[in-house]
Amino acid sequence: MGGTDRTIYDVAVIGGGVVGCAVLRELARYDLKLLLLEKEADLAEGISKGNSGVIHAGFNVLAGSLKARTNVAGLGLIYPLASTLGVPHRKTGKLVVALADEDRPRLEELKAEGDRSGVPGLEIVDEAAIRRLEPLARGRWALWSPHTGIISPYELTIALAECAWQNGAQVLLEAPVEAVGYEDGTFALATPRGRFAARRVVNSAGLFSDEVARLAGTGDYRIFPYRGEYLISDRDCGLGLGMPVYPVPTKDDPGLGIHVTPTLEGNIIVGPSAEPVGDKRDLASTREAMARLKAEAARLMPELGRTSFIHSYTGLRPKLIDPRSKDKFGDFIVEESAVRPGWIDLVGIESPGLTAAPAIAEMVAAMIGAGLDLRKKPDFVPERPGRVRFAHAGDAERAERVARDADWGEMVCRCEHVTRAEVVSALRNPFGARTMDAVKRRTRCGMGRCQGGFCGPRIVEILQDEGVPVESITKRGGGSHLFFGRLKG
Amino acid sequence: MKAPERIETCDVAVIGGGPAGLAAALGARRAGAREVLLIEREKALGGILNQCIHDGFGLFLYQETISGPEYAERLIEDVAREPIKVETGAMVLDLSPDRLLRVDSRAGYRLIRAGAVVLAMGCRERTRDMVGIPGTRPAGVLTAGSAQNLVNLQNLRIGHSAVILGSGDIGLIMARRLVLEGVTVKGVFEILPWASGLERNVRQCLMDFAIPLELRSTVVEIRGRDRVESVVVARVDDAFAPVAGTERVIPCDTLLLSVGLIPENELSKRAGVELSPLTGGAVVDETLMTSVAGVFSCGNVLHIHDVADWASFEGLAAGERAARYAGGERATGASVRISAGTNVRYALPQLVTAGREGVEWSFRVARPLRDASVEVRGKSSGRVYARRKYPRLLPSELQKINVRTAVEEDIEVGCHE
Repeated sequence: MGGTDRTIYDVAVIGGGVVGCAVLRELARYDLKLLLLEKEADLAEGISKGNSGVIHAGFNVLAGSLKARTNVAGLGLIYPLASTLGVPHRKTGKLVVALADEDRPRLEELKAEGDRSGVPGLEIVDEAAIRRLEPLARGRWALWSPHTGIISPYELTIALAECAWQNGAQVLLEAPVEAVGYEDGTFALATPRGRFAARRVVNSAGLFSDEVARLAGTGDYRIFPYRGEYLISDRDCGLGLGMPVYPVPTKDDPGLGIHVTPTLEGNIIVGPSAEPVGDKRDLASTREAMARLKAEAARLMPELGRTSFIHSYTGLRPKLIDPRSKDKFGDFIVEESAVRPGWIDLVGIESPGLTAAPAIAEMVAAMIGAGLDLRKKPDFVPERPGRVRFAHAGDAERAERVARDADWGEMVCRCEHVTRAEVVSALRNPFGARTMDAVKRRTRCGMGRCQGGFCGPRIVEILQDEGVPVESITKRGGGSHLFFGRLKG
Repeated sequence: MKAPERIETCDVAVIGGGPAGLAAALGARRAGAREVLLIEREKALGGILNQCIHDGFGLFLYQETISGPEYAERLIEDVAREPIKVETGAMVLDLSPDRLLRVDSRAGYRLIRAGAVVLAMGCRERTRDMVGIPGTRPAGVLTAGSAQNLVNLQNLRIGHSAVILGSGDIGLIMARRLVLEGVTVKGVFEILPWASGLERNVRQCLMDFAIPLELRSTVVEIRGRDRVESVVVARVDDAFAPVAGTERVIPCDTLLLSVGLIPENELSKRAGVELSPLTGGAVVDETLMTSVAGVFSCGNVLHIHDVADWASFEGLAAGERAARYAGGERATGASVRISAGTNVRYALPQLVTAGREGVEWSFRVARPLRDASVEVRGKSSGRVYARRKYPRLLPSELQKINVRTAVEEDIEVGCHE
């Protein structure tokens, strides 16, 4: 691929977040030539990696809106999808807790909104039920949502892309679209890795979807980035939180309030803050937000006051609402351009975009299908083999794996128990993502309590064994180089 | 299916082949254990000693100062002379309360039942988010120990100009190392009013190389999108909060963290070993046995040592006791509790068998003290079992105090100026 690619793609997707990858995988069911262009050195490098990883039921959004419709539809799609793709997930249920009686009306409002949207199973529960459902949660009343769940958003994103790739789609990393041309019903997308021609384009560029739309002349959108900071505890924190616990959202909060969420591995995530920032790349954490997160976590769950946090991360929400305006609700935009038929803009896909992604993907496929005679591929394989995690295998399986391939017997990450076999398999991903963060997201190396202190140097060795020169080893691509060559010749 | 059909056995399993674990294996042999298994997760024995290419090891064990690898080599040679079964590249993934080990290595995945176990897994470094440094997340932020591995073992240039946060010993050692490798070290910043590392390291690694050490100051922000571009440092008040107006931007491409070590007790927890919140390591009796019968602890996994020699001495003792346990010897049950009193951060062991004579306690003070008197005092009787005077005591130094007489009551180790 690159400058010599003469293919005219049927559809090009711009942006390798969860929505773009869901669209790609949905389109891969059909006999279409597909290409996904991602500007970063790996998939899920934007909004899709910096969120709570919650599968939302859909009561937090205005009934009747596209957000609500795609959320509720997505809720029905995402669990079976995750199973098909071998992506770990769990339907945990969720509690929105009211600490005082006077907050109960807000819970009733949320429930009513959810009922209107067709969110299944919502119930207002009392103190005793709260403790029974989640012993760590406290509150006078709570909204109980039995169908909420948790998933790793970047694992889902990568799995979607891998499945699409298995079914023939092309994925190109480090390929930001810098210019868009249009001639005879074909779009020309210029990237540093070459020009690509496509009859249809799906702009799923997340935070940058407004800028990409401007390049195409399809719309005058404006994205306002809202920064959300998170803290994450050791999975060994001993609390055993079973489900996400949210506070009653205040009306003026641009997010859902600072909440606590378990990960599938047993860590506890606290966050996010919600702060409008001027720069779409401003992922810096602040002393003030870190302190607020800790205080808010302890208010919601006093046990968290004594928990040590091993990591922090920050995400940006791509909001369509100007922080200075009175409006608080901006709906998802999923629309085909009137001036440039064949160009579909997906703009402002913030929370609950992770849950909504499979439903948005179906919408986009239907929009594309309306103008084309889509034929399903008879040989489409919907499954993707899940990753094998040595840490989760039983004794017999472990013994068998090591006997077959000694790389399973070489422990690289001592905190998360990741073997060399898993690291090598991650490095041989079909997209050529070979950054430290790419390994981390695919294996959990560096996500443990030592934060890569021990496995980092070992992964550096394995990267070299896999043919990556030291000067090319980066944290996440671009200029994030780890080394400046060797010390002595 | 290649299930581990049978469970292998040994008398004493030592987990970790660093200065403590190597000595523990030797200690176990000397006390008569027949089958001693030494399990090391790295490809070579020696532990962190292998990347400590500086001088200063062995003064107490060998009465001369040698480098870390040389120190390791001597212990490894001693181990090689004994019929000790050494497994490298082998990681213990699980330890049960009845001493069943799950071990993964390229040679196979196995289950091993040990008559006694010595925990000698060492420690890990505290990281950026454990101390909560705000800012961006660029490449170029790493712990001092990781940097030591990359520079000394992998010959890699990790940066051109560095700031070091924290004055732990590895940070001080790395400040000098980086200067010797042509990296500009802009300064070492320590939040406490005193250095965390040993005085000799402050002198030999910073002062001799004109590297500034700024106390009561810290890094309040990391800047740079892809790679570190600068850090913001500021002075702190008595509550360790940054003082507004004292911020200073220091351009650099690397930030090393030397902000504390944590005993690596993941396996101990799995076995149900009681841990001390003061040391981060196991609660042990005078035989270095933990709350789980037959499981002993030594070295940095028990408490953080200032020099490797003490970890080795502790390892020898733990290995001997483990061998005796494996041979059937049982203690009567330690019942006397030891607590840390005034100006003492911790004292170890935390439990002693009533009536035991000649117990030696390790302790660390909580702050620098001059003309200090350390007392081991009975909590109910007020009786002073031992008293020792020190012209100077530093938190960076591990101290020892011996009690000759039998101790019959709960005691407290305190220190007064």
